[in-house]
Amino acid sequence: MCSVNTDLSGRLETLVQEAKGKYSKEVREKIVDNIYREAENIAKRTVVKPPKKLDWDGKIDNILTSRITGYPIMLLLLGVIFWITIVGANYPSQMLFKILFWGEEKISTLFYFLGMPQWLHGFLVLGVYRCVAWVVAVMLPPMAIFFPLFTLLEDLGFLPRVAFNLDNFFRKAGAHGKQSLTMSMGFGCNAAGVIACRIIESPRERLIAILTNNFVPCNGRFPTLIVISSIFMGGALAAPYSSLVTPLVIVGIVLIGIMVTLIVSWLLSKTLLRGVPSTFTLELPPYRRPQIGQIIIRSIFDRTVFVLWRAVKVAAPAGGIIWLLANTYLGDSSLLNSLATAIDPFARGIGLDGIILTAFILGLPANEIVLPIMIMGYLAEGALLELDSLIALKTLLLDNGWTLMTALSVMLFSLLHYPCSTTLLTIKKETGSLKWTFLGAIIPLAVSVLVLFILNSISSLLLLMN
Amino acid sequence: MGYSCKSCKKCMLKDNFNITKDKDGLVIALAGNPNTGKSTIFNALTGLNQHTGNWPGKTVLQAQGTCIIKGKKCTLVDLPGTYSLLANSIDEVVARDFLCFAKPDATIVVTDATCLERNLNLALQVLEITDKVVVCVNLMDEAERKGIKVNTDLLAAELGVPVIPTSARSKQGLDELISMVYELATGNITSNPNPIPYDQDLEEAIQELQPQIEALLKGRLNSRWVALRLIEGDEELLEGIKNYLSQEELEEDRVEEKCAQ
Amino acid sequence: MAIEKPLSEMPIGTVGTVIENGLTGLTKRRLMDLGFIPGSKIEVLRKSPAGDPTAYYVRGTIIALRNNEASHISIIPHNKF
Repeated sequence: MCSVNTDLSGRLETLVQEAKGKYSKEVREKIVDNIYREAENIAKRTVVKPPKKLDWDGKIDNILTSRITGYPIMLLLLGVIFWITIVGANYPSQMLFKILFWGEEKISTLFYFLGMPQWLHGFLVLGVYRCVAWVVAVMLPPMAIFFPLFTLLEDLGFLPRVAFNLDNFFRKAGAHGKQSLTMSMGFGCNAAGVIACRIIESPRERLIAILTNNFVPCNGRFPTLIVISSIFMGGALAAPYSSLVTPLVIVGIVLIGIMVTLIVSWLLSKTLLRGVPSTFTLELPPYRRPQIGQIIIRSIFDRTVFVLWRAVKVAAPAGGIIWLLANTYLGDSSLLNSLATAIDPFARGIGLDGIILTAFILGLPANEIVLPIMIMGYLAEGALLELDSLIALKTLLLDNGWTLMTALSVMLFSLLHYPCSTTLLTIKKETGSLKWTFLGAIIPLAVSVLVLFILNSISSLLLLMN
Repeated sequence: MGYSCKSCKKCMLKDNFNITKDKDGLVIALAGNPNTGKSTIFNALTGLNQHTGNWPGKTVLQAQGTCIIKGKKCTLVDLPGTYSLLANSIDEVVARDFLCFAKPDATIVVTDATCLERNLNLALQVLEITDKVVVCVNLMDEAERKGIKVNTDLLAAELGVPVIPTSARSKQGLDELISMVYELATGNITSNPNPIPYDQDLEEAIQELQPQIEALLKGRLNSRWVALRLIEGDEELLEGIKNYLSQEELEEDRVEEKCAQ
Repeated sequence: MAIEKPLSEMPIGTVGTVIENGLTGLTKRRLMDLGFIPGSKIEVLRKSPAGDPTAYYVRGTIIALRNNEASHISIIPHNKF
């Protein structure tokens, strides 16, 4: 009976081929025109419109897309969102820490009560549990704040205006204007940013957006950037101005990130992803009153929980591995410290040190745990750690030879290095290709090493000349 | 045979569209332009009984949810928001394939009362594919604020399908919408869409092709619509027919074979 | 006399009727679906602060196009919408 079936598509094929030569190319235009004409006729008969409408949207657009106020308002709004996210996440984050570490104590008690061996407790509780708890406590609050705020801008109709304002820069970089939106989403979470790249139709421009998404710092990297900049840069100026320095440094880092995004996009569009730019069409929808309830529900379910779950899935095994590395001894140094010693010369070549680079390597599952691993490495401890005060952290870092240059190098490396494994996993899911996933890691890594190498070469040259 | 077909359709929905259909549940599609409040309606109808995933084999977001209408479990499928169904983008192919080959029991076309003309462009295209359509004129509150009036009764007469005015944000008209969808899906009322009149030469071409197509597809797809696609040289549709229809037919044929034995 | 002009060269505030969509392939089909077809009334609304793209009011919606695409669409300007 299969023959009937092949027969069907075969005969259809013949019909298609016959039709192909018969009708002119303009026929499609005519069909679209006829449908629109009918729509127009029906609308004419069924809709009554007032002669002149009060155009509020136009007035708002005049301000949001004006040459003078357009960009400042955009930057201000994004800045306010980051500020609310960072400040607002602080308190719930600490609460979560308290609760989860209280939980750790209880589980530890249970382990001792059951007479579990020391190593099992170490692996499962100090390794797996602590790493997951850490990631949840640091990731959940900022995402639960950032995503609803971002969705709010989306619902209001503001985001298309951002793409409208920024398209020209991305066009010149051979990319798509909507990449500005996926980039903005990346500030919240690069994995979410990569998923957001679906709004870009053309495969070429979508890949560019995916591969460059991690050049903007996500919520997982902001805390690290802030802590380091407030320790090393805040002190550079006298008291009244020092509190201004940290935000300015962060803004600078973000701007560098955006510049690198554009440069790498341009390079990709000239090399690996060469091609004709696709059409850019963008609807600027009317502004609408947002639906707060829906925004919260959808952004928590579709974005926050989704990303968090992916992160937890990677954090759990990673926590175990990190614990094993820190607690397996070869001679008198742990595997972790041996690794750090081994890569130390290379790390120093780009202005870092072995421990820092090890922390970035082991911090692949989540950027949130990079700093805790560093602290753990410097103190030669066996589990993730945080210090009570910035001063204690500063002392620890200075004792380990950190300078202003080290701080700058760490911040740039954090900004530019490969994306976290959750994001890489997402790139794999979205592109379905190991090659692009690999490039998604290797391109940023190459960029970061190059930038750091140049920076440190220049600085040592300057030191020599002095 | 009727019974077997049903079970086949179930498999076909699951395999090709990742839609789980209850034994005598209904499948309802939601089509519409972007920014028409389609997701507001979807959310209002399904509440928290929804989940998102991907369309099989595509990185296009699929949102589906369930709701109970008059005791029947309905699976609502939120199709990607598109301006047309002429297969110019993945989104359009996904939406069109679902309407053509998944054959939902009813389709809601969500339109924006404040710019009906553009939205009718899509609605008319949906009506060419399936006649089980309820047109939902949403954002009536916003239209009213802007002084725009839509005569929905006249619109229903012009289109030949039920038209329901709604303001999804304030949940107005949603009850009327779902009961109309139910009536249509269960066959209690039938619709009779008016075909789009095309220019003389196109109509002649359609007349010529339609009987041949009808003979081949035996009512599986709207032959007037398929004729138009052939005339404009749409090869995407042929792919769809190969992918989805053949499979369905194979299953039917096997059942027939079995019955014959 | 009314003369056809490329859409991209029209200053803000121009209203007109689309005469021809001179693009090709997928781009043409996309823009046709968005309403850039002969006979459509169109208004040039605003330019991006970076100069490109430009927003147009067409068939009830605001659509932004890059100059490159808009330069292939010709319109006849007239006095009112």
